[in-house]
Amino acid sequence: MYSWHRLVIFITFFISAAPAMTADQRYGYGTVPTEIEIRAWDIDVRADGAGLPDGKGSSVQGEALYLQLCSACHGEFGEGIGRFPALIGGEDSLDKERPKKTVGSYWPYATTLWDYINRSMPFGNAQSLEPDQVYAIVAYILNMNDLISADTVLDRKSLPAIRMPNRDGFLSPDPRPDVHSKACMKNCRDNIEITSHTRNKP
Amino acid sequence: MKKRLPSTSGSGLEKPLKPDLKKRRLFLQSGLAAGASLIGVSTEASTVPGKLVPGWSRHLGAGVASSGYGIPSRFEADVQRRTLDWLHARREASISFTPLQSQQGIITPTGLMFERHHGGIADIDPERHYLLIHGLVKQPLKLTLTELMRFPSVSHIHFLECAANGVLNYPAAQYNSLQFTHGMLSCCEWTGVPLRLILNEVGIRKKAKWILAEGADAAALTRSIPIDKALDDALIVYAQNGEMLRPEQGYPMRLLLPGWEGVTNIKWLRRLELGDQPWDTREETATYTDLLPTGKARQFTFVMETKSVITSPCPENPLPGKGRVAINGLAWSGYGRIKRVDVSVDGGRNWQTARLHGPVQNKSLTRFSMEWDWNGQTALLQSRAIDETGYVQPTLSELRKIRGSRSLYHNNAIQTWRLNSNGEIENVQLA
Repeated sequence: MYSWHRLVIFITFFISAAPAMTADQRYGYGTVPTEIEIRAWDIDVRADGAGLPDGKGSSVQGEALYLQLCSACHGEFGEGIGRFPALIGGEDSLDKERPKKTVGSYWPYATTLWDYINRSMPFGNAQSLEPDQVYAIVAYILNMNDLISADTVLDRKSLPAIRMPNRDGFLSPDPRPDVHSKACMKNCRDNIEITSHTRNKP
Repeated sequence: MKKRLPSTSGSGLEKPLKPDLKKRRLFLQSGLAAGASLIGVSTEASTVPGKLVPGWSRHLGAGVASSGYGIPSRFEADVQRRTLDWLHARREASISFTPLQSQQGIITPTGLMFERHHGGIADIDPERHYLLIHGLVKQPLKLTLTELMRFPSVSHIHFLECAANGVLNYPAAQYNSLQFTHGMLSCCEWTGVPLRLILNEVGIRKKAKWILAEGADAAALTRSIPIDKALDDALIVYAQNGEMLRPEQGYPMRLLLPGWEGVTNIKWLRRLELGDQPWDTREETATYTDLLPTGKARQFTFVMETKSVITSPCPENPLPGKGRVAINGLAWSGYGRIKRVDVSVDGGRNWQTARLHGPVQNKSLTRFSMEWDWNGQTALLQSRAIDETGYVQPTLSELRKIRGSRSLYHNNAIQTWRLNSNGEIENVQLA
């Protein structure tokens, strides 16, 4: 009995000790990046504006850039060409049968626009814009949406201060599971009506 | 659709065939002859009376290593990922669908896994790629692929499903095709390093609650991930189905968040930044948010809920005739393991419990089947999955009642196939 007890204690010790790495049990693989390396890779801008660089731009300066770099896909007035996203319109449409989600109607933060353009636009030539150019293009898009005047200068202070129309339009945390179905087995329903059908092949 | 034919093709000994098979067989024979002439193998029949010897039984086949990396039979050439060009403006920012109608078992072949790119497939030289982990950490870290692979690794089978899977079928039945109703879904074995090991390596600061994951593709796609998920079952994977990731799946490394919507599983992973709040990136505000009838949208809806679908019969796999037929399908849940799948042949009036095929694994595709005596009459086929948490897959009406018709993402509704008397399947929706 005594030895059995000892065995349990022995095993328990090793089971609990083996998989849990404590902070000082590091593997030590990899290298420590330099501050310069981190700054070069750290391109994100958060909703509250954290990460916005120095620089500035207005809609007046953004117009020529927008027409040159953006309008081929998004349209001269931000209306969107073909399946490329529209940047304007859709005000008061979100609770309607055909909601139109655009920068003006749907995006909760103007800073997200800066982050997205900076990291992925123009489509096919990403991360090629200077901060001043991004500020200017963001200003032009916001001006097209009548959210700022043409001469408003955007920078790391003024951009996060812009309140977007749909700022309070988002709900979290996730309330799911929100649909509570029951696994009925017999005589579960009476009227079975086909409301939609298709024989279309893609 | 594929039909396996008796291996008498080319033998010269013809048996009477059903009319519907005759056409296919003629097609197959002509294809065989054309293909055979290309590789110089005769398909002529045996001249010995009474013997049934197809060409491939008589002559030598190709030698070993004829193909250094093997590919499927040329008779399976129609098993392909497919896309819809109207869906998106450009294929570099679009989606392709897995041919689930041809998937046998729970593992999706790597080359058939659906793709979703926002800036095309990055062609990354692993020698010039590294992963940076920084922000609210005690010691930032830079890892090459070789260094990542030194850490203890695990291999797990998990499904991966796009948040938008089923979107084409949400407002109304749109295409008569399993590939396009459910094909933003795949299941693979993933090999990589638990993210918690890497986070232990850098040391998490107390205020860190979220992690920004960023891709090295031309979209530099980013999503904010709660740190609890990172410490739970998140992996940084570098291999899939026994080989290094394919470029279209994030080579040389990607995030894998079991059971969570596909877009959070950042491909071509280049950076993880720990922070005290989410970033509200475009892909967690402007898109991948679920719009409700009130005009408000749910944000950070990560889990892909419990779902199932009958894969045979389906529009691509009609029934050959009445009598005893096998109903086969797949079930999966982002909440955990599948516990039970029920099948109805009368539009959900009555249900029978199907047989689950092992292995039944956590957040993985699970096979189910049921044998059924079909009398040749029209029927409405459905499957309903229940997972280990007790969650029951809902009907489309139940989903729409809560979320309306414009939430689009996370459609895990029961699918109805109408079986017509000729054995063909039609995609329908019920009130």
